[in-house]
Amino acid sequence: MEEQTTKLTFKDFKSDQEVRWCPGCGDHAVLNSVQRAMAELGRDKEDFAQVSGIGCSSRFPYYMDTFGFHGIHGRAAAIASGVKVANPGLSVWEITGDGDALAIGGNHFIHLIRRNIDINLLLFNNEIYGLTKGQYSPTSKKGTTTKTSPFGTIETPFHPGELVIGAQGKFFARTMDNNIKLSTEVFVEAAKHDGTSVVEILQNCVIFNDRVYAEINDKEVREERQIVLRHGEAMIFGKERDKGLILDGLKLKVVKIGENGITEKDILVHKENENNPGLHMMLVNMRWPNYPVAFGVIRSVNAPTYDMAMEAQIAKIQAESSIKNIDDLLHSGNTWEV
Amino acid sequence: MNNKKEVVELEEVVIRFSGDSGDGMQLTGTLFSTTSALVGNDFSTFPDYPSEIRAPQGTVGGVSGFQVHFGHTKIFTPGDFSDVLVAMNPAALKANKKWMKPGSIVILDRDSFDEKGISKAGYTGDPIKEEKLDKFNIIRAPISTLTKEAVKDMGLDVKTVLRSKNMFALGMVYWLYNRPLNHTEEFIQTKFKKKPAIIEANIRVLKAGYNYGDTIEAMTPSYTVSPAKIEKGTYRNINGNQATAWGLLAAAEKSGLNLFVGSYPITPATVILEELAARKDLGVKSFQAEDEIAGICTTIGASFSGLLGVTSTSGPGLALKSEAIGLAVMAELPIVIVNVQRGGPSTGLPTKTEQADLMQALYGRNGESPVVVMAASTPSNCFDYAFQAAKIALEYMTPVILLTDGFIANGSQPWRVPSMKDYPRIKTRIVAAGADNYKPYARDVETLARNWATPGMKGMEHRVGGLEKDFLKGSVSHDPVNHQKMVDIREEKVERVVQQIPDLEVSGEKEGDLLVIGWGGTFGHLHSAVQEMQDEGKKVSLAHFHHIKPLPGNVKDVMKKFKKIIVCELNMGQFANYLRMKQQEFTYAQFNKVQGLPFTVAELKNEFNNLLED
Repeated sequence: MEEQTTKLTFKDFKSDQEVRWCPGCGDHAVLNSVQRAMAELGRDKEDFAQVSGIGCSSRFPYYMDTFGFHGIHGRAAAIASGVKVANPGLSVWEITGDGDALAIGGNHFIHLIRRNIDINLLLFNNEIYGLTKGQYSPTSKKGTTTKTSPFGTIETPFHPGELVIGAQGKFFARTMDNNIKLSTEVFVEAAKHDGTSVVEILQNCVIFNDRVYAEINDKEVREERQIVLRHGEAMIFGKERDKGLILDGLKLKVVKIGENGITEKDILVHKENENNPGLHMMLVNMRWPNYPVAFGVIRSVNAPTYDMAMEAQIAKIQAESSIKNIDDLLHSGNTWEV
Repeated sequence: MNNKKEVVELEEVVIRFSGDSGDGMQLTGTLFSTTSALVGNDFSTFPDYPSEIRAPQGTVGGVSGFQVHFGHTKIFTPGDFSDVLVAMNPAALKANKKWMKPGSIVILDRDSFDEKGISKAGYTGDPIKEEKLDKFNIIRAPISTLTKEAVKDMGLDVKTVLRSKNMFALGMVYWLYNRPLNHTEEFIQTKFKKKPAIIEANIRVLKAGYNYGDTIEAMTPSYTVSPAKIEKGTYRNINGNQATAWGLLAAAEKSGLNLFVGSYPITPATVILEELAARKDLGVKSFQAEDEIAGICTTIGASFSGLLGVTSTSGPGLALKSEAIGLAVMAELPIVIVNVQRGGPSTGLPTKTEQADLMQALYGRNGESPVVVMAASTPSNCFDYAFQAAKIALEYMTPVILLTDGFIANGSQPWRVPSMKDYPRIKTRIVAAGADNYKPYARDVETLARNWATPGMKGMEHRVGGLEKDFLKGSVSHDPVNHQKMVDIREEKVERVVQQIPDLEVSGEKEGDLLVIGWGGTFGHLHSAVQEMQDEGKKVSLAHFHHIKPLPGNVKDVMKKFKKIIVCELNMGQFANYLRMKQQEFTYAQFNKVQGLPFTVAELKNEFNNLLED
């Protein structure tokens, strides 16, 4: 990675545009975290390109003083793929929401992950359509009442982490919009990972889905209902750090340290780089009240990236081929003289 | 092995090879064309095949045909009617009987004309009697039997053996037209390099077919077609899709940019993606996308990053790309969209030709969304028009839609290989590194093209996207007057492309009784029909369009010198209606056909003669 020519701070990444999200929207905090992460990454500003789709969060690139492309609904993954493959030297970020990425853009989402193109995908999940003023999304919990589901939804939601791992994803992390410290840390990790890095940001829509994550994020319950995973550390949580996760047969189980003979040694240690997705799948699928919700980098496995494989293939074929320009091409194969 | 009694000299010949879609008729036709080119004939080909890869054997729906028209004069079309029909089964005869010249030669595989074959094709008795072909020169050759006989000592299985029976038919036709076998033998040797038994079998069968012709020479005299008088140079055989791909590559070279292609396979455009994917040696980044939309969106992303972005598709795919084309219009990024038109609507006739996507190309988007629309007209000039399309896109910072069609995309002809030194440099709008105060929507005063800065360029950070932009700064603007201004300037920019494009040419006299107008892939048939009528002393000329939006600057001057105008297209009159809108003072007659087939010269002449007599 190239070094910054001058040391940048998060303020250098603010554009001259007025930020127009609703007061109290979780997006403000995420913007702040991304700006901090980019400054921390130590790269020059011109190396960053952000691509978004359509939705509230997709206005994001306008508020960042980097290269930005505000695309069309659902297609940010495809546009970002083109940007990155064309110029693999860039740090490419996709900004998308639960409707943009998982409904209209679901196809591009899974194929981006399958190809493992080195893009950092920030998925703002507020479980609602905000920009169209409050309809249910593919991540809305079953039974959610919205303007288009006045009697409650009858469909099962996607869990983004499950979808990512199902599409052979190599990096998945989760953070909470108002946790700027964790978000910044996770965004930096996502950027450093080579390949598609998906970060699910649980984000509160103050107007149409307020307090959607209150049950796990209110100050007084947060530590009991969230677990922040860190590579190499035991999976311990709780205000008193007295709870942990163990494997009970083929399932995760929450245990109390000091009860029933359980000691810290019995608690699972997080291994983000485990290629076998079994445990990662269980961790991304933990939901309150049966489990705490997992945050931090849950999965980070190294694998070849599409963009680098393409560069390598081109270099190899160029070295082998006798066709160096168009004139060579036109005279290749079967020709005859008149 | 030549021992002929009678050899007749001919000007031009049309041969149609036809059989089951697994019979290898496309290859047989291609090999015959290549040999004809190598002995100095000009030619034009027309592959005509079903959309099923292996349709039910022996049925009319499964017949695959390949027509080649060769001669010692310049050849503009694959020909209306055949002088020789090769029918590998009764269904092939049934499917093609209406395209045979009266009294022409028909070569049949007698072995396939058994009870089963006859009934599968829908005949009740002897097809020759049913079709009243007694005045035709019918050669009933036991092709399957003699193919087996030729290789019986080789110990090959029957399936493998019968797969080479197309070579028997080809050998017979080579005898008939006095063609050498060596080019085809060389081809077989290269293609089956690793399978010596297959090489030997194919060559044995090819020779057996030739010798069979020689042995039963009583059947017919043999013919020769002497070399055409064509310009000196290096030639190669090229089809429209290959020429399109190569023209785009040429534009990448002349602009100093790498080429990115984002496409999804679709008949009949897939070969463009295949050709480009094969050109990693020229630095092509090819991306087989998950769908048509991702195809164009990756292309737009690559263009934002500073590559020459292209996407190739056919009608249904163009429909899927509509929204993204609008995005490229708004972001003013240079991309080329190649639409190889096929029969529509919906899935329509995937393997057949049509020109019914013109209005979709011009107007098939939300909002006022102007793009440059142009069309190639022959297999080989796809190279030049693809080059032009990319040049205009890059110099005007606009999406360009290049229309070709299944007929010219699959059709092939000999092509005098050009030299890249004869092609102009393409000057992109990429701004100089280190330039101060970059404004993404600042424009060139002549072309109105905006400046292009790409991610990675220091100090040029900016945002583009689908929301309306401020006239100067490029930031989001919902200002009503600004929107009007931006709509106006996007339209004006596309109209200014007229400065770049050549005047409309007239083939024939500049004034007369009838001006025939066409566009795109119908050129060959229109040109042949008009030329034949001119030879008959009629005052008919042709004006063939390659540029549709904008139209060439001299259209009015051309049209006003003719008493009547007729617009001929393979659709219901889309270009005629466009002209009615753009050039309102003229009256346009129409000749339209939507059968998934090209025009025939005969039907065109008939129509023009009727109009002249009115």
